[in-house]
Amino acid sequence: MSSIVIVLFDGFAFGMLLFVLSVGLSVTLGLMNFINLAHGAFGMLGGYAAVTAMRLLGFPFLLALPTAFLAAALLSIVLERTLFRRLYGAPELNQVLLTIGMVFVAAAIATYLFGTVQQVIILPSWLRGSVEIAGMRFGVYRIFLIGIALIVTALLVFGLERTRLGAQIRAAVDNQRVAKGLGLDVEKIFGITFALGSGLAGLGGALAVEIVGLDPSFGFHFLVYVLIVVSVGGLGSITGSFVGAALLGIFDVAGKYFWPEIGSFLIYLLLVAILFVRPLGLFGKR
Amino acid sequence: MKTKKIIALLGASLAWTTAGYAQETVKIGVILPYSGPFADAANQLQAGIDLYIAKHGDTVAGKKIELIKKDTGGPAADVAQRMAQELVVRDGADIIAGFALTPEALGAAPVAEEAQKLMVVMNAATSMVTEQSEYIVRTSVTIPQVNYALGKWAFEDGGVTQAYTLVSDYGPGHDAEKSFSAGFTEAGGKILGSDRTPVANPDFSAFVQRVKDANPEAVYIFVPGGAQPAAIGKALVDRGLAPPATKILAQGELTHPEALASMGETARGIITTFHYTLERDDPLNKEYVEGYTAANNGREPDLFSIGGYDGMHLIYEALKKTNGDTSGDALIAAAKGMSWQSPRGPMSIDPETRDVVQTVYIREVQEVDGKLQNVIIHEIPDVKDPLH
Repeated sequence: MSSIVIVLFDGFAFGMLLFVLSVGLSVTLGLMNFINLAHGAFGMLGGYAAVTAMRLLGFPFLLALPTAFLAAALLSIVLERTLFRRLYGAPELNQVLLTIGMVFVAAAIATYLFGTVQQVIILPSWLRGSVEIAGMRFGVYRIFLIGIALIVTALLVFGLERTRLGAQIRAAVDNQRVAKGLGLDVEKIFGITFALGSGLAGLGGALAVEIVGLDPSFGFHFLVYVLIVVSVGGLGSITGSFVGAALLGIFDVAGKYFWPEIGSFLIYLLLVAILFVRPLGLFGKR
Repeated sequence: MKTKKIIALLGASLAWTTAGYAQETVKIGVILPYSGPFADAANQLQAGIDLYIAKHGDTVAGKKIELIKKDTGGPAADVAQRMAQELVVRDGADIIAGFALTPEALGAAPVAEEAQKLMVVMNAATSMVTEQSEYIVRTSVTIPQVNYALGKWAFEDGGVTQAYTLVSDYGPGHDAEKSFSAGFTEAGGKILGSDRTPVANPDFSAFVQRVKDANPEAVYIFVPGGAQPAAIGKALVDRGLAPPATKILAQGELTHPEALASMGETARGIITTFHYTLERDDPLNKEYVEGYTAANNGREPDLFSIGGYDGMHLIYEALKKTNGDTSGDALIAAAKGMSWQSPRGPMSIDPETRDVVQTVYIREVQEVDGKLQNVIIHEIPDVKDPLH
């Protein structure tokens, strides 16, 4: 019994990591119809930013996390202005080719700057090890991950539903022409949305280093997981990403626990099954 | 008429210069995954090669050593075979070397066999590699060599009577599982259970929980280098599977310097088996580590580096013995039975199998001068691959 609780907990924590990494893509893909396969590369950038900030500037871990967010967000603004913006109305294939090409470029730049070696994050001692609750041991860092993901979800839901910017984003997505006609600066709103999504990927990348490590192939490794989360959850839905990521994490860990021989395929079966029943994902709207 | 003469003359002089050139150099084709997921291994191995050349000069037996590098991009046997062919046919390579990964070595082996060229395997650690051709010699390590020894040691000296094995689901992982289990059960130990994890596994928590449910005295682990050692180490300790309550046994990659830094305190007490130990107290090793870190921005040498370094040593010494004769038959005859002092310790080439014979070190992570490192707790001299 206690092992099942632990397995569920571990799976949920892994899912929350995937959620932070992928929610930005769900937003940009769903709201702006832009297929950004370079999303994982922003995660990688966040990871490297956090590692560099800690190693060279001596930042504590908790300060390195916002640094990773800012670094990814700022770079994404530059790239959005110079590259992505040109392809907003372009066919999907053009978007896919440009963004997957950028992942290759990002991997080469990371290799040039940081080498091929695995990067290490040294956590403060209070985030290491595990705590015992009711006779079960829970990893402290995984509890921390879940906490961060819940805060991010709350902020996003609140921001989109209750703030002026959130209302503007929803308006711009629902009907661009009317929004423009009402005097909203739609381009700027999309720019901010994009930066926010990339920044979250950067945060996810920084959080992921401790669990899965960081090297120049990070952008490719996580692309598959991120795309699964987005398609299971449904485009543009924060709730969808949350549920999709949690399902993916729990199924992945539980599958490996109960059926280790086939465990790593279960998530793909789950993906196929869900898309059969709901082609738009669990919470897809269009 | 006149132009024809000039062309003929030009051609003749060209032929003469290339012939003269060929006499003066020994071309070594190096086949490695310089790009892709195993690029780090290739870089470390290449740095070992470069260090040896920098230390011992680039001239042997009156001939200049020339390296021709070829990038396989990963574990691709067909690419390695094509590159070996290009090296031999087009570039006129005399020796082929490198091979970080077993598929690369398997791909190139038929070319070495057919062209009768010396092939120096500087890493690829699957047992069967050297059996593919009479011209193959290995200067790294084999997985059964170190893991069989660990299994035997664990029961006889380590006080472990039952264990659980957890390995990556690919060739080297299967080899490791088999050889550790063989060494352990032949000595009298009992394997409680065996699990295999996907090769690209981002999260180990489920597998570690299975191990915990079985409640073994020790868990044996084999994962590829890179991100996984630190990840699995932390996953184990997070669940309380930690020494001294549960012994963690593994091949040396688990506690390489980057993984140790990442695991921190949680690595204390992990026992690993390896052929090279960075901290081994030995003048040769000290000189090697200092030279290596100075040439590589402070990066420390690892198993790949030492394979490349000793591989070059073998090539240099074989060339000295043959007086610069680069024919495969002469070189492989010179390599058989060769023995020398390496920074890793004493090592030799088995004249029968052309495989490496060396000391296997059992190490434990302990604190030395406030820093966690691999401390040698047992040495097993002259270990051969048990599968040949």
